[in-house]
Amino acid sequence: MDTDQLIRTLAADNFNRARPVGFVLMLALLAAAPVSLLMFFAELGVRPDVMTAIRNPFFDLKFAVTLALAVSAIAVSLHLSRPEASMRGFGWWLLVPAGILVACIGGEMMMPQRAPMMTRLVGSNSKACMMAIPAMSLPLLAGALIGLRHGAPARPAVAGAVAGLLSAGLAATLYASHCTDDSPLFVATWYTIATALVTAIGALAGSKLLRF
Amino acid sequence: MREREDEWTGLMRSAISGDSAAYHRLLKAVTPVLRAAARRGLARAGQPVDQSEDIVQDILLAVHLKRHTWDVNAPFAPWLFAIARNKLIDALRRRGRRIFVNIDDFAEVLPGEAAAETASAGEVAAQLQSLPARQRDVLQSIAVDSASIKDTAMKLSMSEGAVRVALHRGLTSLTAKLREQ
Repeated sequence: MDTDQLIRTLAADNFNRARPVGFVLMLALLAAAPVSLLMFFAELGVRPDVMTAIRNPFFDLKFAVTLALAVSAIAVSLHLSRPEASMRGFGWWLLVPAGILVACIGGEMMMPQRAPMMTRLVGSNSKACMMAIPAMSLPLLAGALIGLRHGAPARPAVAGAVAGLLSAGLAATLYASHCTDDSPLFVATWYTIATALVTAIGALAGSKLLRF
Repeated sequence: MREREDEWTGLMRSAISGDSAAYHRLLKAVTPVLRAAARRGLARAGQPVDQSEDIVQDILLAVHLKRHTWDVNAPFAPWLFAIARNKLIDALRRRGRRIFVNIDDFAEVLPGEAAAETASAGEVAAQLQSLPARQRDVLQSIAVDSASIKDTAMKLSMSEGAVRVALHRGLTSLTAKLREQ
């Protein structure tokens, strides 16, 4: 087939309108969410004292951090799904959840505490945290990658890593409602390790799956 | 340069809103530029420039299937060149695994953007043969016999809708096969 013939064929296919990447990404995440929710309710569940916990600002701030991560990663992943996009000017979005977390740590430092710093940091759920967040992330990561395949990222590994951040942010939001460790020091340590793991998996998978 | 790119952006906007003739003109207009870039890239990598047409077709398919990632309010050229760069790098990487040494290529005088002749390309044609019969028939009817969708539907006794679906699926799987090879 010579190029003129190919062009004629492509022009004949012009009626075919693809959906925007954001729409496809949302559908894929909505399809994946029930799997993660099922894992959450089957294995973990919301902590029993949730009604008293919501009065603790540090319990609530966990959601501010994880949701900020999820939302900013969604924004960045959609930006990166355009081939001419670069991280410049957009990467700072990902600093928002980190900034909230740092502010939380600062806030906690200024308050009188019953438990010493290391005890708060180590907590009592670190193992569960590092298992549950990656496990609940995987279905969401798969969904995010399927959605982002609809785009055309110039750097598939970076886009995959951001998909990892996105799914870890959503999974951590679920996990935060189960975990009784509310100290920002715990969040900064164990949630970050779990998120880094998912991000690495996302980068690896993205470098294979997001090439167009 | 500037004028040309504004024209492309205008054509692409019309194409997106359903004007197939504008789309055809746009693809015709960008092809010589893509061809020159592909030749330049191949020559710089020490590869035979006669493979440029495979790369051009690869880029055109990607432009077609990813055009929804172009923002209608942005200029078209940066988007196009980002896709082209990506495909060129891919192609050079793929060819890097094979060994091509031909000293004559270094003597090649690089053509300007006027290099408009259509060399034949082997890869798309070869992958075309591996498509399901229906998709192949539809693609061949439209590409080679330059039949319209309507005529193709009559000739193959399919509905126009089925022709459209087969056409789009055919182009999508062609692209997937090119990526996997």
